[in-house]
Amino acid sequence: MMELLVKSIFQENLALSFFLGICTFLAVSKRVETALGLGLAVIVVQAITVPVNYLIFNLLLLEGAWAWAGLPEVDLTFLKLVSFIGVIAAMVQILEMTLERFAPRLYRALGIFLPLITVNCAILGGSLFMVERRYDFAESLTYGVGSGFGWALAIVTFAAIRERLKYSDMPKGVEGLASAFIVTGLMSLGFSAFSLVTP
Amino acid sequence: MSLRQHMISPLIGNNPITLQILGICSALAVTTTLSTALTMSVALTVVLVLSGGVISLLRHHIPPSIRLIIQITIVASIVIVIDQLLQAFMFDMSKRLSIFVGLIVTNCLVLGRAEAFAMRNPVAPSVLDGLGNGLGYSLILIGVGTVREFFGTGALMGVQLVTTVADGGWFQPLGLMQLAPSAFFILGLVVWLVRVWRPEQREYPEFRLGSGEDGRR
Repeated sequence: MMELLVKSIFQENLALSFFLGICTFLAVSKRVETALGLGLAVIVVQAITVPVNYLIFNLLLLEGAWAWAGLPEVDLTFLKLVSFIGVIAAMVQILEMTLERFAPRLYRALGIFLPLITVNCAILGGSLFMVERRYDFAESLTYGVGSGFGWALAIVTFAAIRERLKYSDMPKGVEGLASAFIVTGLMSLGFSAFSLVTP
Repeated sequence: MSLRQHMISPLIGNNPITLQILGICSALAVTTTLSTALTMSVALTVVLVLSGGVISLLRHHIPPSIRLIIQITIVASIVIVIDQLLQAFMFDMSKRLSIFVGLIVTNCLVLGRAEAFAMRNPVAPSVLDGLGNGLGYSLILIGVGTVREFFGTGALMGVQLVTTVADGGWFQPLGLMQLAPSAFFILGLVVWLVRVWRPEQREYPEFRLGSGEDGRR
């Protein structure tokens, strides 16, 4: 379990080795504060949606899941994309309302990022990996927390590097997007060195 | 803009990946070999064209408050069809593309074009816009895929073009090309090249230190 946690944070970092959520990663990383807010939101949503999607997939969609209702041949796995994205959208909405009610400061700080998470591929990707790798419930909970944390770690570090890069004098075409890609590549190299870490 | 321009401008001038920063996630992940890059390009272009057409057709009937959910559902339905087709006819390929076909649902390129273009334009331009953006995306994918497969393994489309050192030839494959970091580097270099060629795409820093080189903006 510990191994899975470490692996999902470092070696199999969603952003740096699977390229998930890179669009948001590049767009929302100009300042550490906003990156931190988005990172936290991703951790929370990921830790909730992966286990919930696990339950939905195994209890409702998997072949034979409807056997108790006398329908043992029903196989709804082709619906997984639609139902996962539905769960994610609903979770984000619920989280938004809960935060607005109980933690208005955090809600205001996260602002536009909460709804954006719905279309962050790291979230859907996490759930799809959970299905593809056949995690059980405890593993999917661990994976959700770990992969969310890994993504957050990556974006906060990246934002910190980018803040410093603002002052550097780069060749003309490299400024902006190209430099962002190259920095991400270097970070990805760095994170792959973590594959030597074993708990 | 004329109809033709809807299709041509996203190829380089307004390329979805190098300028609009849309759809990058999948672009990087599936480019380890040329064949996966090609399949992904075709899949995404088909989804873009169909979703552009369908959403534009329904644009007067979609209530603005729930438009995102509706757009996602439409895109998801199209992606499910593509996914099932791939699993039925190209099972190996579908295994190699792993979760990335499914992730077309949350590909920001598809939703971005739906939201920015198809929601407010008639069907014909929307379809062409989808096609153009799909081709622009494919162009980058195929380029990156070619470089990564050739330098990483010495092969293209799985056909060995130069003999590697391991097989007694002269070509030393660059293992790094098959790993994640190289995708970032290559795409970074592509963006740099495009911006050297098309200076109007450059971004400028908000402020600059030092030696009075102003007036560059």
